[in-house]
Amino acid sequence: MPGPIVGVLALQGAVGLHSHALTRLGVEHLEVRNARDLASVDALIFPGGESTTMSKLLTINALFEPVAARLEAGMPAFGTCAGMILLATNVIDGRADQRSFGAIDIDVRRNAFGRQIDSFEADLDVIGLPEAPVHAVFIRAPIVERVGPGVEILAAVDDGRPVACRQGNVMVTSFHPELEPDLRMHELFVRQVAA
Amino acid sequence: MTEQFSEGVVGRETGTQLVKRGLAEMLKGGVIMDVVDPEQARIAEDSGAVAVMALERVPSDIRRDGGVARMSDPAMIEGIQAVCTIPVMAKARIGHFAEAQILQSLGVDYIDESEVLTPADEAHHIDKWAFSVPFVCGATNLGEALRRISEGACMIRSKGEAGTGNVVEAVRHIRSILGDIRKITTADSAELFEWAKRLQAPLPLVQEIAETGKLPVPLFCAGGIATPADASLVMQLGSETVFVGSGIFKSSDPALMARAIVEAATNFRDADILAKVSRGLGDAMPGLEIASLETKLADRGW
Repeated sequence: MPGPIVGVLALQGAVGLHSHALTRLGVEHLEVRNARDLASVDALIFPGGESTTMSKLLTINALFEPVAARLEAGMPAFGTCAGMILLATNVIDGRADQRSFGAIDIDVRRNAFGRQIDSFEADLDVIGLPEAPVHAVFIRAPIVERVGPGVEILAAVDDGRPVACRQGNVMVTSFHPELEPDLRMHELFVRQVAA
Repeated sequence: MTEQFSEGVVGRETGTQLVKRGLAEMLKGGVIMDVVDPEQARIAEDSGAVAVMALERVPSDIRRDGGVARMSDPAMIEGIQAVCTIPVMAKARIGHFAEAQILQSLGVDYIDESEVLTPADEAHHIDKWAFSVPFVCGATNLGEALRRISEGACMIRSKGEAGTGNVVEAVRHIRSILGDIRKITTADSAELFEWAKRLQAPLPLVQEIAETGKLPVPLFCAGGIATPADASLVMQLGSETVFVGSGIFKSSDPALMARAIVEAATNFRDADILAKVSRGLGDAMPGLEIASLETKLADRGW
């Protein structure tokens, strides 16, 4: 039986790095730019990039409603940084016209750590990955300010605010696993897709 | 929940190469727009720009006015930072590390050590390793790109010829950089020494390119991009993002042009969408023939 095809939303951002991670995992993948592409994938990764730009391009490329419908129907999704913002219920410090899917019941604050000079990398313990911490890269990163019932917190920073969450088959991280050679976060997601 | 997570991060580090190059990765597939005031910054962000470059005059005005072009007034940069939620970049003169220190203190997200401003040093570029804010630098060929990377640049943009609205130089530079990369990937190990000599570039970087087939940092394109078709052209040639300087706010309908170029950058291979977004944009910026220029900005940088 052929494995699932994982899409990478390819409107803007670190698309190639996610595709590269999927290639290394031996997972079939496809860049998703329009509704036709979307129809042929079983799951979708929302990459890091600029969330306001992606929000606009989702509308312009007539992808917002089709993606929303697939998420509603239970399509597995993985969002990193800007992707986490797109999948959240509410966006704090976003633009008034910024749209998000509400596929995971969290409120997310954009640019929560400050400007680029405050961007950082650090080791982070992630639930489900007990063997070693994940080396996480935070770039002008968002943070989770509220989690709804049924949302599992996978990792948090010093003040206890979550930076990785999962609800059903939607997983999000404030940081960028796609910037690191460590494939475990992608693996975690792909296992979910296969399940 | 059976497993307990331990809150907190260990070994937090800022200003690393990974963090600096990481932001450039996030800008891929987007459009970075030159803006001279908060109003233009708002239009750029409304149109879907991934970042803005804050400067006092767009390159075509710098070209027209002549004289010495310097770093922008910090108050002007702060005015733009105040209205933007997307990254704000700003330019320092080539070799002017004091301007770069000021820009870092302002918290700009990227510094462009730019040939569009008048160079401050005729032999040395800024030692970019000394900064925690990342730098983008221009290059006309692979040797120049690798020298800038060896100085710590985390993003390279092909220079093109800024302020002309003429894409010919951008095409020359991106073709030159990527053409040489393609040649290096087929060179044998002995030939790489000769390539390093010819490019006046560090051997380890040349060897890295031979192995990976690409620059170690993202390659963007700037200088003369004035239409959605121009953006598509340079992206099909291999640029990963476009900088648009005078091309947006010197066109007759900046908001419309900005949005069209953003759409073109995402759909750069889709001629049907490019045809749709290229319709009815009004006048693009007036262009200049390269042979008629008194100053070629791309010649600045060493």
